[in-house]
Amino acid sequence: MYPADLKYDKEHEWVRVEGDAAYVGISEFAQDQLGEVVYVDLPSVGDELVAGETFGEIESVKSVSELFAPVSGVVLEVNGALDTASETINADPYGAGWMIKVSLTDPSQLDGLMSADDYESFVANEA
Amino acid sequence: MSEGLRRTPLYEEHVALGARMVPFAGWEMPVQYEGIIDEHKAVRTRAGIFDVCHMAEFRVFGFAAFEALQHLVTSDLHRIEELGAAQYTLMLDDDGGVIDDLIVYHTGDLEYLVIANAGNHDVDVEWMRAHLPEGVEFVDESDRTGLIALQGPDAVRIITEIAGKEPPARFHIAEAMLDGTIPVLLGRTGYTGEDGVEIVCSAADTVAVWRLLLSFPEVTPCGLGARDTLRLEMGYPLHGSDMDRTTDPISAGLGWVVSAKKGDYIGREAVERVRAAGPKRKLVGIAVLDGVPRHGYPVLHEGSEVGTVASGTFSPTLGHGIGTAYVPVALAEPGTALEVSIRRKTVEATVTRPPFVTKTSLSA
Repeated sequence: MYPADLKYDKEHEWVRVEGDAAYVGISEFAQDQLGEVVYVDLPSVGDELVAGETFGEIESVKSVSELFAPVSGVVLEVNGALDTASETINADPYGAGWMIKVSLTDPSQLDGLMSADDYESFVANEA
Repeated sequence: MSEGLRRTPLYEEHVALGARMVPFAGWEMPVQYEGIIDEHKAVRTRAGIFDVCHMAEFRVFGFAAFEALQHLVTSDLHRIEELGAAQYTLMLDDDGGVIDDLIVYHTGDLEYLVIANAGNHDVDVEWMRAHLPEGVEFVDESDRTGLIALQGPDAVRIITEIAGKEPPARFHIAEAMLDGTIPVLLGRTGYTGEDGVEIVCSAADTVAVWRLLLSFPEVTPCGLGARDTLRLEMGYPLHGSDMDRTTDPISAGLGWVVSAKKGDYIGREAVERVRAAGPKRKLVGIAVLDGVPRHGYPVLHEGSEVGTVASGTFSPTLGHGIGTAYVPVALAEPGTALEVSIRRKTVEATVTRPPFVTKTSLSA
């Protein structure tokens, strides 16, 4: 449920590092808690993200949640397919449901994120 | 989460089905099982069941019961003189504020069953006890009563099979024996816009009724999430969101359940004042294509704030946002272009006369 090659934050975002950039999405736990996603509001290419601050919003039938940047960086790519197919986030949160790709301003921030095992215990305590 | 929250007789069933339980009106209730959209579509295309045991049931009886209830609600109860008839109605305070919306069923000779909102249970009991005259019996049956809604195009066929006879006509209630062993009342009413029944049974039989219904493969258990999207697609009001004690029924678009001709009832003077002068604001439907309106969001007209969203959700049938909003009467005409402020952005909203979804098993 929580791929080992990803890092996770307490707001339930994941990070997949590729070179000096990283993909960001939300975890299986987060998509399950939200229920069917109907809208996602993402930043634009070139926007600067600050770790811990909001970078967008995700809305399900029942509720709205903010998305928090797990790391600081500049947005390099945005998953535009989610505009018309936001339910992809439910179906494939770690793959086609990725949200943004960011450059890593400060790679040491990755050390502050959780491993899959740590995240799994974190979620177990929260559920 | 469960601290201080009450559980219906079906709690264990919900947990076993993997429901997500949430606090609602003092109860721990299922908001969804597999997913709101699938549950919603199951009700629109096949059949769904809802645990509505949290709702309040009152029995009012005695020789003076009719006159006493007539004084408490806005509808002319002569409409339900026929045994078995039911009426959606409102209970107002002296200022014309809406204490609760109710369904009154004429269940027996000199006897009525009143079904009310869970969140208003205590207020309703206090109000009704205080305003029913001596000699009219009032029994709060909420704790000993189970209530399950079976709704959808397949609902009537299913209940006919279980009960061995057809349910009563729309807006009527009748006794039935489910599976030959479980005595129930079947009310041909609901909150989804689909045909179906609300099954009133003893609390002790609720699990058996639930399991009996679920034994039909075309029946899907549905949570409060789907209940809300279904009712809002039809424009059915929700007390606490669309109206409350600060709103009068005329502004809320509920003038159709406020009889102008019946005799006196609590709140009449205040309501007729509003009706004569014309309301200042009205509850309208809004369609939002680029976002989901939610309760409390500001409504704007040409950039200025003119009102507030009362109810809002994503319509699974239409695939976009729908809602209701209080706006000035001048902006209440269908087709009027408004905006809704959705947190950081402002999106277009169009005044739309509900129901938002017009083709259901009730309209067919």
